Amino acid sequence: MLKTFKIGGVHPPENKLSAGEKIQVLPVPEQVVILLNQHIGAPATPIVKKGDTVKTGQLIATAGGFVSANIHSSVSGTVVAVDSVPDAAGLSKPAITIKTEGDEWMPEINREGEAAWDTLSKEDIVKAIAAAGIVGMGGATFPTQVKLTPPPGNKAEFLIVNGVECEPYLTSDHRVMLEKGEQIIVGVQMLMKAIGVSKAVIGIENNKKDAIAHLQQLASTQTGIEVCPLQVKYPQGGEKQLIQATTGRAVPSGALPIAVGAIVQNIGTVLAVYEAVAKHKPLIERIVTITGKSVKHPGNYLCRIGTPVSKLIEAAGGMPEDTVKVIGGGPMMGRAMVNVDSPITKGTSGILLINEKEGARRPMRSCIRCGKCVSACPMGLEPYLLARLAMANLLERLEEERVMDCIECGSCSFTCPSARPLLDYIRLGKGRTGAMIRNRKK
Amino acid sequence: MDKLLISPSPHIHSGDSIERNMYGVLIALIPAFICSVLFFGIGAIIVTLTSVVACLFFEYVIQKFILKRQPTIWDGSALITGVLLAFNVPSNLPVWIIIIGALVAIGIGKMSFGGLGCNIFNPALVGRVFLLISFPVQMTTWPLAEGFHSSYVDAATGATPLSLLKAAVKSGESVNTYLMDEGFVGYGNMLLGNMGGSLGEVAAFALLIGFAYMLIRKIITWHIPVTIFLTVFIFGGILNVCDPEQFVNPLFHLLSGGLMLGAIFMATDYVTSPMSHKGMIIYGVGIGILTVLIRQFGAYPEGMSFAILIMNAFTPLINRYCKPKRFA
Repeated sequence: MLKTFKIGGVHPPENKLSAGEKIQVLPVPEQVVILLNQHIGAPATPIVKKGDTVKTGQLIATAGGFVSANIHSSVSGTVVAVDSVPDAAGLSKPAITIKTEGDEWMPEINREGEAAWDTLSKEDIVKAIAAAGIVGMGGATFPTQVKLTPPPGNKAEFLIVNGVECEPYLTSDHRVMLEKGEQIIVGVQMLMKAIGVSKAVIGIENNKKDAIAHLQQLASTQTGIEVCPLQVKYPQGGEKQLIQATTGRAVPSGALPIAVGAIVQNIGTVLAVYEAVAKHKPLIERIVTITGKSVKHPGNYLCRIGTPVSKLIEAAGGMPEDTVKVIGGGPMMGRAMVNVDSPITKGTSGILLINEKEGARRPMRSCIRCGKCVSACPMGLEPYLLARLAMANLLERLEEERVMDCIECGSCSFTCPSARPLLDYIRLGKGRTGAMIRNRKK
Repeated sequence: MDKLLISPSPHIHSGDSIERNMYGVLIALIPAFICSVLFFGIGAIIVTLTSVVACLFFEYVIQKFILKRQPTIWDGSALITGVLLAFNVPSNLPVWIIIIGALVAIGIGKMSFGGLGCNIFNPALVGRVFLLISFPVQMTTWPLAEGFHSSYVDAATGATPLSLLKAAVKSGESVNTYLMDEGFVGYGNMLLGNMGGSLGEVAAFALLIGFAYMLIRKIITWHIPVTIFLTVFIFGGILNVCDPEQFVNPLFHLLSGGLMLGAIFMATDYVTSPMSHKGMIIYGVGIGILTVLIRQFGAYPEGMSFAILIMNAFTPLINRYCKPKRFA
């Protein structure tokens, strides 16, 4: 019996259409738009101005606070604007626009070879990661150097690498594990050194048997790295779910993974760490899946950060006629995009085009109290109740019923036979309850 | 593609629906219906048809003309109420009584609370208990299982295992000797359904086939029915061990009356049963204990309907105090 998390979970159709497609390099676009808040935390502060020429990999904005990240140019060329542009949601966000001229890389980036890193200290590795502007690439985009420096009094016991990719459709992590396995193993060792642990577990769902076998073979010659095959169940890639699946430990309500000695990093992040430390390469490109039932050529592309999403859609054969929704991320937790000309960011794991048939929703019916949402909730909450309390705006009751534990995985809405948008209500209630709790602390 | 849709996640849905679950339950009721026709003849068909048509009719009329809503009679819930009400009455019940039962089930049991999802009590049981109290003679005149035949209200009648048990308890004699003397049909016949009783409740094996079907299609979970079976068996067993003269073999409880029908199809009604697995188990234990208590000590021979209705009333409380197992 394969390991998995203990309560709840659902089995959405996997639809991994692009699993067999090798990573292709998307041509460098004529112009990139690099957002200054591609991470959680303070936006980065620009250090270039209109008219400056920049090289690929050059620092163009520095971290704007402790929780923030550096930003580098993903192309070489001229800065044409430092202003605000509409992002994927159509909201105006600060950004640097660069017109591409050639592709001249910063000289210190070691594109072919690999620099020796075993002489580097723990601090050197964390410093290199911070300098490279690496953030969590599974979608949460939390700055990685912050995650690697646990608050005093906490001791990491093991590194957990998230190769689960439990979102339907997405295959970018799968391809990275298959095609860049060697680099992943080295990246894992770098991270183990950075947090001072001797044990790492790579969690992979059993629908990626080839990746499991490949990494198991590579890890067998190394000490302390274990590949852990997991049952296929959504949301296994949730941080708390993955920690429980691989170690059996449950992160308490409101606590961080470090409370049980774990630090979790995504596969894409591990690759970025490898490139930052061994090749001095900042985070300027990432693997993005472009997929959807009506898409002509679903695939996985290595894209420069700042490339318009529309370029990626073109590469996959153009936007199908019957597209009704464009999602940044997977179908369970991704965000619907208003603006397909918005740029790919550090957190874009995939672009999913939803066709008319899949996007159709039945009208909401009354709750028949079947309890299926309760069975599906991986946090052991009662979604029907939270939704009802949120509608009535009973914030104290919501807090009592642990609305803040909700990880917004969407299993409740996915499973509801009455097609009730439970998570929409819960998000609303969670936001208001969170604000109430913050005000109380003041 | 002119405009893109914007909505919060998740962007896909399981495809599960009220209809899928409700019609699933109806499919699971087919084996029991076939058995009832084989045992009770044409009466089973007349009673079921009358009840279903009446339930749909009242649901439509109330939704359309009184609540002034879009009627949703084909969501399957009124169909289930109709079938279950029919399964809970004798197969020789006059048509006009069935229609009154359907009116009470749909009108009072369901619509007066606001319709599907809002009712506190199982509508079919509300109808059934109303009829039992209002028409005690007709509701307890049980046709014998005689194989398929075309007589309806004039079918031959006789005792059911449970009415024998009640008589035995009242007589003060040893239960087992009394049952044997009065022509108890035996456990094999009880499993097959070859005994007197309400039309849909007799064939235990056919109901169990329906249970398996609903489990496979994930329409219900095992928690409520299995807890009821175990509670009745264990509690009945303890009583039986304490005093076999007064308390009958627990297998008798499991196979007689509406226990299987109630545990599998009525106690598991989504709307009126608890939401969490822990709550379902408490609810099941309650039903099991109350059923045995009513059968052995109460005035009525059968306790299943009352036990389920009583536990229905406790469901909101169980939901309030019985939280699912949290992540941590």
